[in-house]
Amino acid sequence: MEQFFQQVTNGLAVGSIYALIALGYTMVYGVLRLINFAHGDLFTYGAYLGMTLLTSFLLHDHLGLALALVVLAVMVMGLVAVIGVILERAAYRPLRESPRLSAVVSALGASIFLQNALMLVYGARYQVYPDVLPQTTVSFLGQQMPVMRLAVVLVSVTIMAALYLFVQKTKVGTAIRAAAIDQGAARLMGIDVNKVVTIVFVIGPALGGGAGLLVGLYYGQISFTMGWIYGMKAFTAAILGGIGNIPGAMVGGLLLGVVEALGAAYLSIAWKDAFAFLVLILILIVRPSGLLGERVAEKV
Amino acid sequence: MDAPLLETRGLRVKYGNVEALHGIDLAVRQGEIVSILGANGAGKSTTLRAISGLLRPSGGEIRYDGKPAAGIPAHERVRLGIAQAPEGRRIFGTLTVRENLVLGAFTRSDKDEIAATAAWIYKLFPVLETRRLQLAGTLSGGEQQMLAIGRALMAKPRVLLLDEPSLGLAPLLVKAIFRTLREINEQTGVTVVLVEQNARAALKLAHRGYVMEVGRIVLEGPAATLASDPKVQAAYLGGKTGA
Repeated sequence: MEQFFQQVTNGLAVGSIYALIALGYTMVYGVLRLINFAHGDLFTYGAYLGMTLLTSFLLHDHLGLALALVVLAVMVMGLVAVIGVILERAAYRPLRESPRLSAVVSALGASIFLQNALMLVYGARYQVYPDVLPQTTVSFLGQQMPVMRLAVVLVSVTIMAALYLFVQKTKVGTAIRAAAIDQGAARLMGIDVNKVVTIVFVIGPALGGGAGLLVGLYYGQISFTMGWIYGMKAFTAAILGGIGNIPGAMVGGLLLGVVEALGAAYLSIAWKDAFAFLVLILILIVRPSGLLGERVAEKV
Repeated sequence: MDAPLLETRGLRVKYGNVEALHGIDLAVRQGEIVSILGANGAGKSTTLRAISGLLRPSGGEIRYDGKPAAGIPAHERVRLGIAQAPEGRRIFGTLTVRENLVLGAFTRSDKDEIAATAAWIYKLFPVLETRRLQLAGTLSGGEQQMLAIGRALMAKPRVLLLDEPSLGLAPLLVKAIFRTLREINEQTGVTVVLVEQNARAALKLAHRGYVMEVGRIVLEGPAATLASDPKVQAAYLGGKTGA
């Protein structure tokens, strides 16, 4: 029971990180029908920018830990959002009218470029986050667990809830949903679809960058290639939940994290990464539209 | 005579290398209902899509309210008062009826006025109010058409462009919708440009009409005149006598 509890909460922590990244894939796909393969690298940029900002400004010495982390998160998310917007302008917008495959190739190219640029700046070795977080444990449902594990889940779930409300309840959110359904019809409503695309390339990369920061803080060690495996798993999570579906990405991420943690604990740790892709293959065979990706059949 | 509210002069549109419109001259005055008739592929929808900005003309002019409109993006034209209920309705199927209507008012910001417009649309099409929390994709074809029209009206347009509102609907329903369109035109003075294959219904509603054939206007005039024109009768009204 003890181990099960630890593995489930562990899975929820990593799963909530998958979910944050998956939201970026799914929102971009929703509006542009494009898999942004450079999204995993934006996640990595979040981790690296977080480390640099943390070590160069020593915010936690001046502001106190809690406030420092908030300021840090805002800075990282903002910077990665800027990179995301530039990425869209440079790599995707010029290809908007081109065949789908051109944009996919451009995405792969952007991914390679971003990854190598990062390596040139920071070097190829693993980097270590400064130790700023408390190592304390808390009692939760009668079990002990690291306070940071709980924090990662709470922070992620809060961000996701905020995003969900934004997309469901605000005018801009409704415009995003409309553009995802039918861009032409959205334009006829007076919606500037280019603006919607920019907003999506602010939100997605900001969340991905924030996830990178969380991983750096939580696991302590980062590498310039980490975006690949996290990206692939988050992509799997997005497919699992139903690509283009925002609650789906959240559910898919959490579920994938738990499956992976339980698989690693009870079956074989060596196969940890394989479980995620086994899930991907199964979902593509059994339910390609994903768990929540069921489309309402439209009458004509 | 007043200057037209909406006008095209020598309007040309190309799909790739194929020219679909070979110079269309239309003039629509404020408050008029104008119908564009023609067979499949005549270029009716293309004309409408060029006016709303979904298609970029390859030549000629579009003038709205006395000013050239060709360079204005589609979403800005809505703000200027041109709203379209597009071909195939293109409602947002996975959003609720109410969300669809709210999106129609995207360019407006006064909440009270938007609510008043919505209330008016619910009065015009009461079924939309009963189904307001339902996903739009679950509506029947006729209800979806009402929603498409209502959604366009939510922008409080000066010009309402309607593309085949009768498509796929039962004759009784077409009659009801067209009656409501007249009511809307009389109540608000909104200018209506109606593209239709159902020439009989369209000419009954419209003040004036144009007949298009393969990218050209071949006939124009008051609706009553067109309705009694032997060529129109033969080609579009199922008349038995040849031209």
